[in-house]
Amino acid sequence: MRGTLSDRMGAALLMAPLLLFLVLAYAWPFLGVVKWSVTLPTPGLGQYGALATDALVQSVFIRTLRIALIVTMVSVAAAYAITMVWVRGSPAQRIIAEFCILVPFWISVLTRAFGWVALLSNRGLINTWLQSIGFISEPLALVRNEFGVIVGMTHFLIPFAVFPLASAMRSLDERVLLAARGLGSSRMRTFWTVFVPITRSGIIGSAMIVFVFSLGFFVTPAILGGGRSVMIAELIYLRIFQSPDWGLGAAISVVLVLFVGALMALLFRHVRPKQLI
Amino acid sequence: MPTYRPGPVSLILAVLVALFLLLPLLAVIPVSLTPSRMLAMPTGELSLRHYRSLIEDPRWLDAILLSIRIGIVSSVVSTVLALCFSLGVWMFQPRFTAALVGFVLLPMVVPPVVSAITLYFLLTSISGVSSFFGYDTWLGVAMAHSVMTVPFATVLILVSLSQLDRRIDLAARGLGASVWERATRIIMPNIKFGIVTAALLSFVLSWEEIGVTLFITSVNAITLPRLMWMGLRDNIDPAIAALSVILIIITVLVLAARSVVVKMRGGQ
Repeated sequence: MRGTLSDRMGAALLMAPLLLFLVLAYAWPFLGVVKWSVTLPTPGLGQYGALATDALVQSVFIRTLRIALIVTMVSVAAAYAITMVWVRGSPAQRIIAEFCILVPFWISVLTRAFGWVALLSNRGLINTWLQSIGFISEPLALVRNEFGVIVGMTHFLIPFAVFPLASAMRSLDERVLLAARGLGSSRMRTFWTVFVPITRSGIIGSAMIVFVFSLGFFVTPAILGGGRSVMIAELIYLRIFQSPDWGLGAAISVVLVLFVGALMALLFRHVRPKQLI
Repeated sequence: MPTYRPGPVSLILAVLVALFLLLPLLAVIPVSLTPSRMLAMPTGELSLRHYRSLIEDPRWLDAILLSIRIGIVSSVVSTVLALCFSLGVWMFQPRFTAALVGFVLLPMVVPPVVSAITLYFLLTSISGVSSFFGYDTWLGVAMAHSVMTVPFATVLILVSLSQLDRRIDLAARGLGASVWERATRIIMPNIKFGIVTAALLSFVLSWEEIGVTLFITSVNAITLPRLMWMGLRDNIDPAIAALSVILIIITVLVLAARSVVVKMRGGQ
């Protein structure tokens, strides 16, 4: 029955509007951005050459990679701890853990970044409190620097890191863990030699998602970095709106997409997409 | 029930992570009650002036209304497009399904800043032709938000379709139902929950969208997150703290209501 003429017509009619919408509103303008990168200000690959030599662009690339790596390691480790309780804790522990994961997840990135400003800024909660108890005399610089960016991004990304880990921890074979314990393995040893290795696909998936997200992160670094700790996405914004160099902004975007695409291809060679949900 | 329970070390670490996750959400509460005009901790007396300014300052109200309007339009557009597409995929299982779905999911996986510059290109190009639909117009923002939310709506609807028993559709088909009847009277009533969730998620994503909105608006189409952004970048306006507290309370209430609904559905 599959593949008759009316079936194909039906499928085409139902699927066409969205496909057409995305071709016109997404694929075509993306090609326009690629065109910017090779025509502005002059035709040629000059902007890509500039990417390879420009010291500012390179320092931003390196900072972005460094921050993304730190954020990935911290977020996955933190997510692993809370996922453990969410998936395998007692019913009451599960409800509390779920609340702590889902409430921040649903709150907008701006509100969450603002929460960190309220905590970390010079007149914020932490500095006010430390000064009132006389522990410090001058406020600590906790925000408008790389530290603030890392804290804010880690906070944003932990819930995203939780989901692939939860899926891996739910689907594992209980009997393996029972066997390890039954054979006299200690709690710690079971965790490191059995539990962590069998949730490996979840760890890889979670790390990849966090890493890819943090490469293109814009809002949190812009607010908590205060213009001093510029990451790649903010550099694109600055090149489009502040020191107009649309060609360079477009070229950085193209390189970012290629890089993320390569990472995703690598991810899917190790983990099937279904395991990530 | 899992036999392998988290031990004391995992519990302590999880509590620390939970505190880290909740701390910034709690920190906005004292800031929102400060009597000062700048970001500061209240010293002594508390004040609700920043809550009042949310109601009295027309900028906040205008931004809220604009965000609601854009959210509704983009939620309807992306849910309808995603529903039609998913029905096509599920009912006919055409060739190249994986590639087509992959294409539709692109705006979700491409770094948001790249989507932002792409939509900036689109809307500035349209602006050359039309003045009410393009860069810095509410219709332009609604269209851009639809692009960004449609992959999420598609995923949700495809997931709820994948849990549907194909035999009910085959039965309807065997009894001579047309494609339209199968879609509207057999399939859609069975994935109601998925469709409503897709519409709600699209609305929420549009309501809080900032990365793309920053690139495609300047002075006219000021959505709520755009206004918050402006207040965060320059002199930090404590009204943002008051707004944040309200948004956090709404989120907690909605999540609590949702878990009650899920429990009741599960109990049936």
